[in-house]
Amino acid sequence: MGSEFLFLILAVFVVVFGVGVVLLNRRKSVGQPAPGRPVSTQARPLVSQPESDSHVAAPQLDSVVEEEPTVEEDLPAGTFRERLAKARSTFAGAIAGVLGRSAITDESFDDLEEALLRADVGVAIAGELLSGLRVKVANKEITEPSDLLDALEAEMTARLVGADRSLNFEHFEPGHPNVWMFVGVNGVGKTTTIGKLAKQHVDRGRSVLLAAGDTFRAAAAEQLTAWAERSGVDVVRGAEGADPSSVIFDGIEKAAAKKIELVLADTAGRLHTKSNLMDELAKVRRVAEKGAGTVTETLLVIDATTGQNGLTQAREFGQVTNVTGVVLTKLDGSAKGGIVFSIETELGIPVKLVGIGETIGDLIDFDPEEFVSALFER
Amino acid sequence: MFDNLSSRLEGIITKVRGKGRLTESDVDEMMQEIRTALLEADVNLTVVRSICNRIREHAIGATRSTALDPGQQVVKAVNDELTRALGGETLVITYASKPPTVVLMAGLQGSGKTTNSAKLAAWFKAQGRNPMMIGADLQRPAAVEQLRTLGRQINVPVFSDPEDPIVTAAKGLEEAKRLGRDVVIVDTAGRLSIDTEMMEQVRLISGAVNPDYTFLVIDAMTGQDAVQTAEAFHNTLQIDGVIMSKMDGDARGGAALSVKEVIGRPIAFASTGEKLDEFEQFHPDRMASRILGMGDMLTLIEQAEKAFTEDQAQAAATKLMEGQFTLDDFLEQMQALKKMGSLGGLMSMMPGMPKELKNAKIDDDDLKPVEAIITSMTAEERTFPTIIQGTRRARIAAGSGTTVADVNRLVKQFGEMQKMMKKMGMAGRPGKGKKGKKGKGGQKMPKGLPLDFDPAGAGFDIPGLPGMPGIPNFPR
Repeated sequence: MGSEFLFLILAVFVVVFGVGVVLLNRRKSVGQPAPGRPVSTQARPLVSQPESDSHVAAPQLDSVVEEEPTVEEDLPAGTFRERLAKARSTFAGAIAGVLGRSAITDESFDDLEEALLRADVGVAIAGELLSGLRVKVANKEITEPSDLLDALEAEMTARLVGADRSLNFEHFEPGHPNVWMFVGVNGVGKTTTIGKLAKQHVDRGRSVLLAAGDTFRAAAAEQLTAWAERSGVDVVRGAEGADPSSVIFDGIEKAAAKKIELVLADTAGRLHTKSNLMDELAKVRRVAEKGAGTVTETLLVIDATTGQNGLTQAREFGQVTNVTGVVLTKLDGSAKGGIVFSIETELGIPVKLVGIGETIGDLIDFDPEEFVSALFER
Repeated sequence: MFDNLSSRLEGIITKVRGKGRLTESDVDEMMQEIRTALLEADVNLTVVRSICNRIREHAIGATRSTALDPGQQVVKAVNDELTRALGGETLVITYASKPPTVVLMAGLQGSGKTTNSAKLAAWFKAQGRNPMMIGADLQRPAAVEQLRTLGRQINVPVFSDPEDPIVTAAKGLEEAKRLGRDVVIVDTAGRLSIDTEMMEQVRLISGAVNPDYTFLVIDAMTGQDAVQTAEAFHNTLQIDGVIMSKMDGDARGGAALSVKEVIGRPIAFASTGEKLDEFEQFHPDRMASRILGMGDMLTLIEQAEKAFTEDQAQAAATKLMEGQFTLDDFLEQMQALKKMGSLGGLMSMMPGMPKELKNAKIDDDDLKPVEAIITSMTAEERTFPTIIQGTRRARIAAGSGTTVADVNRLVKQFGEMQKMMKKMGMAGRPGKGKKGKKGKGGQKMPKGLPLDFDPAGAGFDIPGLPGMPGIPNFPR
């Protein structure tokens, strides 16, 4: 008997049995709130010492950190289209194709579908957008190729307008801070977004505190501290591996004591498929409201290069933390961020901010009309 | 990952499988579905078109064919195309004849370069090399600090100089030579492929260290843009291979398929978890069969060999077959199994798993109550679980922080599993049963397998596995 076979039988047995038990337990616990499960939250194998391990760090810079990036002053928000225009090729080909024909043909629709798909709009939304147009073309409501483009542009804009995209800031009495939480998968730019936003709000005359709730990734707190230094705000951090809930809670308490109005709370990037980490995030969200503050925004940060998985991300994070808005980062690259159409249409979560560059001024309010018309630049 | 793509393709394939005759409209309908499945998996549109065209040719051929089961031919066409698109061979690292072997890491912001630099260093260490890392990302605040922290965790030195990334890279290489390190990994700043200034910088870094391997790190969740990015980096740097990061999510991995197809360079490594050892070489042929739901026995066997010692396994398997397998043995095996990787990952590699099981999200932490229950039992109870009644049950439940019902269920399940395994041990001793279907073409034998072992067939040799008939009340 081959020994490999033994390994396999063992593995199969143990896995099947283990999984069976897990699934049975899960089925039993359906209906109970997920975070109530005793299993969760401590997957990351690091000691957690709430309260005692977080402390206010004097913002401190590493010599490496100081060099870059050069911080420019705020740029006027009108640069949105220019910045996106850097990398236009997706729609340009389709537009040329459509306008190059004397009439609207099946090829015109193929061109447009291709452009939409390449912008990560997704098969379903692209289909919906185009079938509406096909009807109009069949009814002779649209006859000119250029009108077809205008109609698509209008159609896409219409899907995005109407949502409230302002960041919710309540004027509570002093000692009751607004808390904005930032969540998302790894590497989307949560910490950078917080850094930029902190500076912008300080410039607007608000008092801001940063809470370094990413206690998992090596040096995440140092990264946030470097940003805090740039805008001259306080940062509350815990030891690496500390309980993120308690770090953020401490941050809020500290902000309340110092009568700071706004706490920007960073969290560790996590894949939405890791239920233990998502439970941890739910706990962070709950604990953030146990003290003196109120969570007035929970922002999901999504990278513009994200494909169709972005919708799943938004759904999962939305369920766990009640996401109130999306920050779409890295829109200055060649990616178009078309996934926001699905997120807004299917989940109703508005995009509130977009990141279009590395400097502090490059985090700007999302403007749906500019966003869509930038795609259609002729 | 890839699970969603596999289940969609499986669905499509089940429809045509077994059809006596295919009409052209069958083919059209099927191609439409394959196209949607690939697009929803973020496969690049250009790649989708070329894959679909080739499958279509085969499929149209099948409609004219008088051979038995044209559906089967279509299935084969899909399988062949996927394998081809993913690339055949696993990338083999050839070390420089004059050390150090230099590896340059490049990619967009947030793709995971720093983390994967450390994972790669840990991988080289496991291969018996002496790696060093150079932190040439002076852009992102604290990036070097992150690399240093990771370096400490895996005990690999890190060099960096705050002056300038190009100088850092060159000095770091000298330092590595001085220290006699035989592998050097250069972490660079994330950059957009359209940022000409930054692309020029990485070209200069590459010129300064003259890398033996340049790896592009790509996020598995990337959409259509993956190809443009890969092309741009390839034009500047001559990419040798791709490292797919965040493969443990549920993204459908179309980016992986596309990049290989467009730049013609293989996916060399895949990062499959947050821990620094959750990183493995990518085997395209195995991945193709995983996508089509055929399981990935080779990887499973390799991982099992790492986790279990042969004697232990022999003893445990004998007990298992004879129905002498106790909860203690189970606990021991479960702990060994953990070394093999996450349960969900293992499930996805097993052939013939029912879809309900495959798609269930399994967290390893979900097993903790099971462990807690077993460790709360006395030695006697673990050996003879049938003696667990009233007060014992209550004690165990209290000790493990679970409920009496949980304890009950575990004991009952275990008993049933034991019975099933015993049956299986008597009925289907491997070697006696029918000898699986031979030769799924193209599968390579891992080293050290006995000659008569057929990995493709092995899955079918386990009686009672497909469909899990032996488990009563199995949750859907």
